[in-house]
Amino acid sequence: MANNILTTEHLSIGYTSKKETVTIAENLNLNLQAGKLIALIGANGIGKSTLLRTITGIQKPLQGTVFLNNKKITSYEPLALAQNLSMVLTEKLPPSNLTVFELVALGRQPYTNWIGTLSDADVQIVQDAIELTQIGHLSQKKHYEISDGQLQKVLIARALAQDTPLIILDEPTTHLDLLHKVSLLKLLKKLTHETGKCILFSTHDIDMAIQLSDEMIIMTPETVVQDDPCNLITKGSFNTLFKDEHIVFDSEKGKFVIT
Amino acid sequence: MNNQKRNTILFSFLFLGLIVLFFVNISLGSITIPFKEVYTCLTGGQSSKSTWEYIIINYRLPKAITAVLVGMGLSISGLLMQTLFRNPLAGPYVLGLSSGASLGVAFVILGASVLPSFLSGILLSPYGIVLASTLGSTSVLLLVLLVSQRLRDTMAILIVGLMFGSFTSAVVGVLTYFSSAEQLQKFTFWSMGNLGNLSWTSILILTICVLLGLFLSLLSIKPLNALLLGENYAKSMGLNFNRARLIIILATSILAGSITAYAGPIAFIGLAVPHIAKLVFQTSNHTVLFWSTLLFGAAIMLVCDVVSQMPGMEITLPINAITSILGAPVVIWLLIRKRNFK
Repeated sequence: MANNILTTEHLSIGYTSKKETVTIAENLNLNLQAGKLIALIGANGIGKSTLLRTITGIQKPLQGTVFLNNKKITSYEPLALAQNLSMVLTEKLPPSNLTVFELVALGRQPYTNWIGTLSDADVQIVQDAIELTQIGHLSQKKHYEISDGQLQKVLIARALAQDTPLIILDEPTTHLDLLHKVSLLKLLKKLTHETGKCILFSTHDIDMAIQLSDEMIIMTPETVVQDDPCNLITKGSFNTLFKDEHIVFDSEKGKFVIT
Repeated sequence: MNNQKRNTILFSFLFLGLIVLFFVNISLGSITIPFKEVYTCLTGGQSSKSTWEYIIINYRLPKAITAVLVGMGLSISGLLMQTLFRNPLAGPYVLGLSSGASLGVAFVILGASVLPSFLSGILLSPYGIVLASTLGSTSVLLLVLLVSQRLRDTMAILIVGLMFGSFTSAVVGVLTYFSSAEQLQKFTFWSMGNLGNLSWTSILILTICVLLGLFLSLLSIKPLNALLLGENYAKSMGLNFNRARLIIILATSILAGSITAYAGPIAFIGLAVPHIAKLVFQTSNHTVLFWSTLLFGAAIMLVCDVVSQMPGMEITLPINAITSILGAPVVIWLLIRKRNFK
């Protein structure tokens, strides 16, 4: 298909240490398409972060290949990669005096000159990103003065300003209350549909992801499956997620119940 | 934008202030030379007293230029390190760079008798001291960096820097035990810091080193801005982190190493000046911070030098004492005023 942005072929992920090779998942054939919001779910410690690190080229795969726009991800120069793939990470920002506007504008770094001057076009793109994420009223505030939910939106705006076909977010909904979780995921959904970007995010908010995402990738110790949420419910994939007989997925309500 | 206007005004004031301070610095000292005379002399005219002209050309002007170079270089190296180590308390002195440079110089001055004669011949030349000092500061910086990659905690990096500091001073202590009184005196004078007594040749070498360091720092402005979001974000924005870090380290080592070689280990300038710049300009943007730190560094060093000369008196206090006396309270005040110390 033409609108494939990122695909993996027979990808095995894991770690190699001096003594042994730890394989987390094998033979992954994932396919991330333009205009889709895709959720990555799985229990703690299952290897979501390893998968994200591998498909973003930070970590080498044990086997197989990751293709970004039909080109091997390993063959990208750092700058070219940054023009095709942007990230929102979970890590805390170091202390600084950056304003929201400046922070979003840093997303233009892959395009600016050696000293980082913003052209008029760059400023316009930054302003568009700020508008799309509805953080205009914050733009002159320092990044440490705003709430976690607002900061998450600012970081998404920064990724938007980086103007890449694929955005990957690592657990963007953690630390947020229900209201902000919903508004954040709705924002992501709106962005994929309005901008045609592909957005992949990992999350633990499974019921929300079921309702709002176009596709889901479920990681369990045995397999990794990718499909749209309804099919996954029919297949009963969610019941394989947690190894606990007391947590059961209710396919009619579309959420987990504790028995 | 409002900020831009504010910055332009601030920069103009700072620049004018620096020029005034430069003249004040030349005019004041054990003998006060009137402003007008300083001006005529510096613009190539004939001063009314030939002794004044002699003092200005051979003593005051080189010292003022050295102060400007030292202030700029140390402050910028502090700025680079604070962003690279994500630590507001980083600076060439705190991280042990100056002690590393001291160790290098101590080996050259105090260990000269132990070294083979052909080596000590090379090492005792003006270039030798610069080389030893730069090598010393670079190796300490590399060690700190090595440790900082294993320790994610930025506070630990500072402690490691302090440990290197006491380690090097212990080695220096051992070396002094075995050296002659004359060598010891030479080293002690060096370690108290001195902006004067530099020949025009030395100033030329120092200028080249500082300009090279500043040029590398200028190249690092964009990477430094990316690093404000942390290493991983910076990489995700296309930054070649290893290369950027290498350039930053090279810049700081050249700056701190060459300056320490000529002017001695000077405390607090590298730590305090970037904070003053950040406080006044209220920004983290390194394009603004680079120039403001540069100007503030030069200006503050000129002030410290004026204070150390004690206008109207015969004696000159060691510059290192002045920067510490003025710098330490500034840092404490900053810490108390801004508890989260951005």
